[in-house]
Amino acid sequence: MTTTVETPLLAVRDLRVDFAGPHGPVPAVRGVDLTVRRGETLGIVGESGSGKSVTALSVLGLLPHTASLHGSVRLDGRELVGLPGKELAAIRGHRVAMVFQDPLSAFTPVYRIGDQIAEAVRIHQPVDKAAARRRAAELLDLVGIPAPERALDSFPHEFSGGMRQRAMIAMAIANDPDILLADEPTTALDVTIQAQVLDVLRTAQRETGAALVLVSHDLGVIAGMADRVAVMYAGRVVETAGVDELFAAPRHPYTLGLIGAVPRLDGRGGPLVPIPGAPAPMADLPTGCPFAARCPLAEDRCSAAEPELAGDEGHLAACVRSAELAERRPAPAEVFPVPELPAAVGSAAGSGDRGSVAGSGDRGSRAPVLAVSGLGKTFPLLKGTVFKRKVGEVYAVDGVDLDLREGETLGLVGESGSGKSTTLFELLNLAAPETGRIELLGHDAAALSRAEAHRLRAELQIVFQDPMASLDPRMPIGDIVAEPLRAQHAAREEIARRVPELLRQVGLDPDHAARYPHQFSGGQRQRVSIARALAVRPKLLVLDEPVSALDVSIQAGVLNLLQALKAELGLSYLFVSHDLSVIRHLADRVSVMYLGRTVEQGEVSAVFDRPRHPYTRALLSAVPLPDPAAERARDRILLAGDPPSPTERHTGCPFRTRCPVYAGLADPAARTRCEQERPALVGDTPAQDHQAACHYPES
Amino acid sequence: MTTVAAEPTAPPAAPRTTGRGRLVLTRLLSARGAVAGAVLVLLLFALAFGGPYLTPWDYATPDFGALHQPPSAEHWFGTNGIGQDVFAQTVRGLQKSLVIGLLVALFSTVLASLVGACAGYFGGWTDRALMFLVDLLLVFPSFLIITIVSPRLKSTGWIAFVLLLALFNWMITARVVRSMTISLREREFVRAARFMGVRPLRIITRHILPNVASFLIIDATIAVGGAVMSETALSYFGFGVKAPDVSLGTLLAAGTSEAPVFPWLFYFAAGLLVLFVLAVNLIGDGLRDALDPTAGGPRRRRSARRKKP
Repeated sequence: MTTTVETPLLAVRDLRVDFAGPHGPVPAVRGVDLTVRRGETLGIVGESGSGKSVTALSVLGLLPHTASLHGSVRLDGRELVGLPGKELAAIRGHRVAMVFQDPLSAFTPVYRIGDQIAEAVRIHQPVDKAAARRRAAELLDLVGIPAPERALDSFPHEFSGGMRQRAMIAMAIANDPDILLADEPTTALDVTIQAQVLDVLRTAQRETGAALVLVSHDLGVIAGMADRVAVMYAGRVVETAGVDELFAAPRHPYTLGLIGAVPRLDGRGGPLVPIPGAPAPMADLPTGCPFAARCPLAEDRCSAAEPELAGDEGHLAACVRSAELAERRPAPAEVFPVPELPAAVGSAAGSGDRGSVAGSGDRGSRAPVLAVSGLGKTFPLLKGTVFKRKVGEVYAVDGVDLDLREGETLGLVGESGSGKSTTLFELLNLAAPETGRIELLGHDAAALSRAEAHRLRAELQIVFQDPMASLDPRMPIGDIVAEPLRAQHAAREEIARRVPELLRQVGLDPDHAARYPHQFSGGQRQRVSIARALAVRPKLLVLDEPVSALDVSIQAGVLNLLQALKAELGLSYLFVSHDLSVIRHLADRVSVMYLGRTVEQGEVSAVFDRPRHPYTRALLSAVPLPDPAAERARDRILLAGDPPSPTERHTGCPFRTRCPVYAGLADPAARTRCEQERPALVGDTPAQDHQAACHYPES
Repeated sequence: MTTVAAEPTAPPAAPRTTGRGRLVLTRLLSARGAVAGAVLVLLLFALAFGGPYLTPWDYATPDFGALHQPPSAEHWFGTNGIGQDVFAQTVRGLQKSLVIGLLVALFSTVLASLVGACAGYFGGWTDRALMFLVDLLLVFPSFLIITIVSPRLKSTGWIAFVLLLALFNWMITARVVRSMTISLREREFVRAARFMGVRPLRIITRHILPNVASFLIIDATIAVGGAVMSETALSYFGFGVKAPDVSLGTLLAAGTSEAPVFPWLFYFAAGLLVLFVLAVNLIGDGLRDALDPTAGGPRRRRSARRKKP
């Protein structure tokens, strides 16, 4: 860290935090040095368990009692560690304020938002109630909450996630703090809402002149927000540098690996670079460099002693070979072993021209695996406890069209509440949909007999988002993988033969069949899920956010596995995700949903390079790129507000409430068309596989 | 994580059965407490059914030469007020109580788990009908019904009595199982099984019940002791086990008042009952740990705990 003449605003020195464990203390943070100067943004990035949140929390002394803290945290030269609670309380919220990850649990549910913000004001400032309330309204206005006077009287549950996070920021800046600590402030939010909230954070920082410490696992967010970045691994800072420097020329192999593991929205497919192995177990750290076990550059001396954070001014790395990396500037793929992907996918992942399976242009000749048209599903809104009566309907899905051919990957994109999951469950129910038509492998779902439906289940398997929740915790994984085979009445010998084969196929050790799910890491559990789905040799695999619960370095491995399996087994994927970068990386075609409707679909490169629907454009511009230069150069389309409630059916275009195109229409007749007429999903030219449901699409 | 093994791989090793059943059994057998409990129960059975051959005395025939005698070489556990041998009575009572306690607990737990899980899993009308039945049985004065019905079932013997006791012992458990099932039903692994085409009853037996097993086992172990005691209450009123036949319950009921003066009338039966319930609890604990993979067994190293990011 640079030594400047002026005292840094916040100086953390040799911070060590241990948590009490059943077998003695477990370190969470092991000697972290950080410096934050006035007005700058420090990004702390790392995977789960790297100690980044604990570091942020220890600044404010907010750790649980089981933690023991050593080292020094100085705010403007004043030592905070060991300060009595009363004095710390005077600093919390006043000079250092915190924005938490989950805004729902960070607000007290029984008090009004306005009262909670006014309370934050009055704790530190001698103002009366009315003045505090005025200040609260000002703050809500500052963070862009519409009708702030009215919002003051709302309860937290009446706000959407994005609004709550804004209110949280308003509360944090209520006393013009010197430092804002934001712990994963956007992780729970959708990408367009994330863009809004990050924008609010920037505004808040500008207005108050506070320094921002942004903790995130998302390299894209860090790249767009931070001035300097500290990368954490196993409770230590392994590299710290200016943001441009760090992304352009990382000097620690871990940073290099992280950058290589992230799928990029603007990048072409190709295999991602997974970091082998799993994060170092904190309870049982090896001597020497904790990353050595996963590091392809490891040498004998790495396991001898843990390298110190060293380097020239402003760019430090804790690696014995950092000088070499600084000089050579290798790409991630040159350092980390990149798995061989079968040829079909290697070329398919390129732009435009798809590989042999998804041949060029003749999509029509391949057998359709899934064809959905006009799918609709409503849920009744019930009221009353004893006698339920229907008071309305939620239009969860209201016009979804999907078209998936053999050997293809169709990406289904949408924010939360857009009806993605409902669509999936409608498909998987294998029953007649409420409205519309579902055709699976040539069978109309409405006309299936029970026996046929049961047989069809073998052709259609699902991988869920959270591998911990989707695997029965009380079943050994061998039984879990065998379950679909048993459901299809496979012979005992067949099961005994298939299970080890499947485990090997997804990269697990067949000898681990007798272990239980909790004995595996997140990525391995997801591999078990995939093995289970593959057991009955399905034709179509439905992947419901299969990597969103995983860390970046693990995610890359699972995505590569999916690509390899698809090429090897000729599978078709219906890949649901909110992460557009992952979709871009993996999918051949993409379908974008908004409020239960398909608004745009087409070939991935067409949709991502030339989006026609304004929603798709906004969605794409909201995705942060893990590249600071590119991130700064982009123009952003910020969508106003939140998606409207699906409890009413909108006439016309459902997107018009947030649509920048609609807002810019001068001609009243043109506006009326958006309000009255529901746009159909049409293409520019029939030959091109790219349709958008907009009256005024970008051509 | 290794990279993908692309080739369809060499023929797998000889098929091994690594199913859950075998794993649970291995874990159960390696749990010292459970094995001790099982041995204890077996010893109790041996005592109950072998005991009568060890003593010349019969449980019903009084020895008028020895009234209220403390334990001696002649009468090992002493005699009661009318000269009956307490050892003979105790082992005779143990026979009844062992069978009644275990079977009632088994039947009521099985019934409760099936009804509760079905009601919770299927929901809708199944749920309403089954819960109506449960509520109905809950408000019925079970004691009264048993007293009315049991004289008519005299000819069918103790098995009818066991069934009757079980029938009025499962409702609360069923309600708890139902509510646990409702929350389990929405879990993704149950949903995954459904989408794989696993039949509902299989889902219940393979996924739901193992996940509520901890509760069921605790409940069953408590039910064992409860069944022995409720049999006592009924016997006291002259239903169930009738004099001169005895059970641990009737012995305890008779001995309680005399315990301060003639402790052997009470403490031998009470001690055996305590031993019995203790053994069942040991087995239950072992079984629960064996079924719950996260319970830290002696052989298992806990996997790295997940930490908050």
